[in-house]
Amino acid sequence: MLAKQLSVFIENRQGRLGEVLEVLKKNDVNILSLSLADTTEYGLLRLIVNQPEQGKEVLAKNGFSTMLTDILVIKITHKVGSLQKFLEILASNGVNIEYMYGLSIDGEEASVVLKASDNENACKIISDIGIDTLSNEQIKNF
Amino acid sequence: MIWNKTKECMSRDEMSALQSARLVKTVDYVYHNVPFYREKMQQLGLLPGDIKGIEDIVKLPFTTKDDLRDNYPFGLFAVPDSQIVRIHASSGTTGKPTVVGYTRKDLDIWSECVARCLTMAGVTNKDIVQVAYGYGLFTGGLGAHSGAEKIGAMVVPMSTGNSKKLTTLMVDFGATAICCTPSYLLHISEILKAEGLLDKIKIKSAICGAEPWTEEMRIDLEKSLNIHAHDIYGLSEVMGPGVACDCIYHKGLHVCEDHFYPEIINSATMQPQKQGELGELVFTTITKEGLPLLRYRTKDLTTIDYSVCDCGRTSARLGRFKGRVDDMLIIRGVNVFPSQVEAALAEVKELSHHYMMIVDRVNNLDTLEIQVEVNPEYLTDEIRGIEKLTAKIGHVINQALGLNAKIKIVEPMTLKRSEGKAVHVIDNRKLY
Repeated sequence: MLAKQLSVFIENRQGRLGEVLEVLKKNDVNILSLSLADTTEYGLLRLIVNQPEQGKEVLAKNGFSTMLTDILVIKITHKVGSLQKFLEILASNGVNIEYMYGLSIDGEEASVVLKASDNENACKIISDIGIDTLSNEQIKNF
Repeated sequence: MIWNKTKECMSRDEMSALQSARLVKTVDYVYHNVPFYREKMQQLGLLPGDIKGIEDIVKLPFTTKDDLRDNYPFGLFAVPDSQIVRIHASSGTTGKPTVVGYTRKDLDIWSECVARCLTMAGVTNKDIVQVAYGYGLFTGGLGAHSGAEKIGAMVVPMSTGNSKKLTTLMVDFGATAICCTPSYLLHISEILKAEGLLDKIKIKSAICGAEPWTEEMRIDLEKSLNIHAHDIYGLSEVMGPGVACDCIYHKGLHVCEDHFYPEIINSATMQPQKQGELGELVFTTITKEGLPLLRYRTKDLTTIDYSVCDCGRTSARLGRFKGRVDDMLIIRGVNVFPSQVEAALAEVKELSHHYMMIVDRVNNLDTLEIQVEVNPEYLTDEIRGIEKLTAKIGHVINQALGLNAKIKIVEPMTLKRSEGKAVHVIDNRKLY
């Protein structure tokens, strides 16, 4: 199952990140996790939020370049080496990781967000080995 | 539709005869009424009688913007001040503005020319025309206004400065035509899109001028607004908007040749170019009373075509403007026109039409940065995707200019929108 990530293109300007967060706050959009990829000129802010569609709408209305991206959210046992083993399986099946970041830790389990070179294929491989991918609805309850 | 078939469709021989008669009269007129021209002609050993027909025009001296500045404000007027009924002036970004004066007859001819241009663009007395050029010393507003009134259209004198009101009235009045700069029309189309008003407007043609624009931008505006977009040309020294305009076939701009005689010259040798060769456009006014000008160098680069147009008009047509002689930047020894950059960027479908060139000099080396906006639907969440796009734009620019430029992608809607003439270059080099 694929989930939606809110992605925002932001120029490297003082206060620009804060402006994004301000809009989300005002519209009651809760951020569950985020990652910021930076270059010298611009950054790509990737957000997992409780209401992705609404988040996109309010950001676009406020002049931000926003898009919804398909990503995978995966639960992994909170144990040494479990992520490494998981990635090994993906690699051996020819799946590349475009980017990845952590989401949250919930007792015994942790979860990661990732975008693969081929999301559909990655999804299938993951379910074949008996690991769950989470929907936005499920993430919300974290 | 043709406003003045007699003048716009006369045979080339008849046109030549008319131009010859009018030039002879003009030369005699300026010799006796403008000391500046009398002196210039005398220096060249010319008397009015030496100019017997239009082919003798090459014997006449040129006029430049500096000549107008040197004779600021009214020195080149050919009539007493009491006969001048209107003054306009150029923006004068450097030094003093250039001042132009019109007699009552000049204003009549001007509105006649604008009427011809608007008719070329399909405007009739049934149309509601929003004029969104600045009203004032700039010729755009009042010039377009009087032409639209002449054909009997309902004129809405918007001027510039309130885009919100413009779009509101566009919808409420059911405006069918608009006159403004192309960059302002682009801005308006973005507002209409953002406000969800695109389905509610009735605009069918836009008459855009006062700055050069690309064919791609013209076609994009036509598509996004579902209109015909026309290029109207003019300059205050010669008259104002209405000197030339393109018809619905968009195959060049028809010159009102019975009033303004065009030549294309090589600005280095000052010799005439062959038909179809790019060069500097030069105009001689052959009916003007207030400020008649002989061979005025416009500094605009274009081509000329004398073949008959599909619309039936026989008037000479100017090709798309390639920029201005003095717009040229020299970057690392390479001649660069902003119009080249604009045309190159127009090929990249991911980009909006807005751009800014920033030229600087770092450690004695010229740098060129080009800021562009990516249309939101083409943005990606992967750095790799953006880098790929940046590289693609860099390649297109390099192909067009033979020069490497730093490409900077900025957020949509952040480059400055213009209501008048767009500014596309910031040159931070301190060379003088």
